[in-house]
Amino acid sequence: MAPLLKLTGITKNFGAIEALAGIDIALGHGEVVGLMGDNGAGKSTLVKIIAGNFAPSAGEIQLDGRTVRFESPLDARKAGIEVVYQDLALCDNLSAALNIFLGRELTRGVGPFRFLDRRAMAERASALFAELKTNTVPSDLVKSMSGGQRQAVAIARTRLADPKIVLMDEPTAAISVRQVAEVLELIRTLSRAGHTVVLISHRMPDVFTICDRVIVLRRGTKVADKPIGATSPEEVTGLIIGAIETA
Amino acid sequence: MRNTTGQPRFDAVDFAAQYAAFIFLVMLVVAFALLQPNFLNPFNLLNVLRQVSISGLIAIGMTFVILTAGIDLSVGSMVALCGLAGAYVAKGGLDSRFAIGAAEQAGNPVWMAVAVSIAVGMTAGAIQGLAITRLRVPPFVVTLGGLSAWRGAALLLSDGGPISGFSADYTWWGQGRIWTIPVPVLLFVAAAILAHVVLRYTRFGLHVYAVGGNAAAATLNTISTRRVIFSVYVIVGFFCGLAAFILSARLNSAEAVAGLGLELDVIAAVVIGGTSLFGGVGTIFGTVCGALLIGVLRNGLILMNVSSFVQQIVIGVILVLAVAIDQAAMARRGR
Repeated sequence: MAPLLKLTGITKNFGAIEALAGIDIALGHGEVVGLMGDNGAGKSTLVKIIAGNFAPSAGEIQLDGRTVRFESPLDARKAGIEVVYQDLALCDNLSAALNIFLGRELTRGVGPFRFLDRRAMAERASALFAELKTNTVPSDLVKSMSGGQRQAVAIARTRLADPKIVLMDEPTAAISVRQVAEVLELIRTLSRAGHTVVLISHRMPDVFTICDRVIVLRRGTKVADKPIGATSPEEVTGLIIGAIETA
Repeated sequence: MRNTTGQPRFDAVDFAAQYAAFIFLVMLVVAFALLQPNFLNPFNLLNVLRQVSISGLIAIGMTFVILTAGIDLSVGSMVALCGLAGAYVAKGGLDSRFAIGAAEQAGNPVWMAVAVSIAVGMTAGAIQGLAITRLRVPPFVVTLGGLSAWRGAALLLSDGGPISGFSADYTWWGQGRIWTIPVPVLLFVAAAILAHVVLRYTRFGLHVYAVGGNAAAATLNTISTRRVIFSVYVIVGFFCGLAAFILSARLNSAEAVAGLGLELDVIAAVVIGGTSLFGGVGTIFGTVCGALLIGVLRNGLILMNVSSFVQQIVIGVILVLAVAIDQAAMARRGR
């Protein structure tokens, strides 16, 4: 089966600095892939290229066998790539349901005018939360929610469009231990529903708990790409800090 | 305490920040009614409403601006410029600025005066909106510049003097009544209902709240933050143009000193009405209550023979208290 997403020779220069040097990655359908690396290794740059925030300086992106060029995050979204940002990109002053639909609200026509269909959005949000098995309530304001519930809102948002790939940037960095378990369960649910998930994380236990495969970046190059069963936290740590050259 | 049941908790400070204006308004009305029997006279109440409607109309526009965490200090000066531009068109130029009777025929119809007044307001708003979104100058600075510049433009246009003496068709918009209700009051109520519908039930309204709540998140969710911010300054310009026309019709005169210090009343109405200066929180209902509160307070104090100097102090203190409540609510939200 052809890979869902294939990156070939992705390179990104910021002036004289080479943030990424010829990265090759292939992602399969429904895979959960951990993307690890120290600060400045190029994880965020790579994610931003896949999400359409940056164009690569060189290299090619293929989605379902077709070469794609994203001019903006909107292009990437349309192609089926959703991102859960590290700060979640939620509006505290709005309800969970409205946050999920922000930018693609459901409306209904009354004469020549179009009005927000709040009830339809609340019902759809409710269904999404049920699928994700979270106790988040659509009408609650985000400001009154726990870290885990906020993650659930951000993840539910990615499911609106039935995306091919969900990129998650450090989803467990800022929440409590108990909520980490909730979020990992949400990621599993996404994977079971057939979405490919890329998990960017610093936390070794998260990656070894839910990922099928781990990719390690160091100073802009890929130094490892292994099934999770064929490696160990010790080896990955060594790869991240450079004690082990490649694996 | 973490909210585990999923039910929104009742938060007294939040509640106070949202409905303080309404509660305080009711208390004030009751107090003045007890202290001054004349206060409840229908003519007095309609008079209060008519006085409130000018600053109230602009406060509706200002609510959009403050919801995006912006501010518009230039509204008073814009009112002067818009009013003069409309009057200039109605009279057909400065040469007939005081002409009445037959000479009025030289001028243009009222609808043209309204259109020009509103168009000037929207253009001024658009210029400020562009400076904020394209030149990235903070709204406070842009509109402080506008406060000076539009007043200067008004003085230039009018050569320093007033334009007065309009046709009955014109003054009806400020002085007329429909079933005893003053026309400005009807316009104020209609505008408030329309603005409420836009803010609460349209995508644009939701995007205004989103931009004020978290502009970066709005952008990541493919909302054009620039377009929303630009639009709210055009909206407040629209209301300045409309209010300026009504003011000139009520006074039967437009002049370059019109609307001096009006920005205080307008911003006070919005802020006292519970709209947060940090953006993202507030309602048109609150703004209407805030505008009424200021009007009722002024009127009641006049009826009780309290010096107008004291009135200014009272309104200033209430404004600061309203923001203090907002700050307390913000602290609760943990920002």
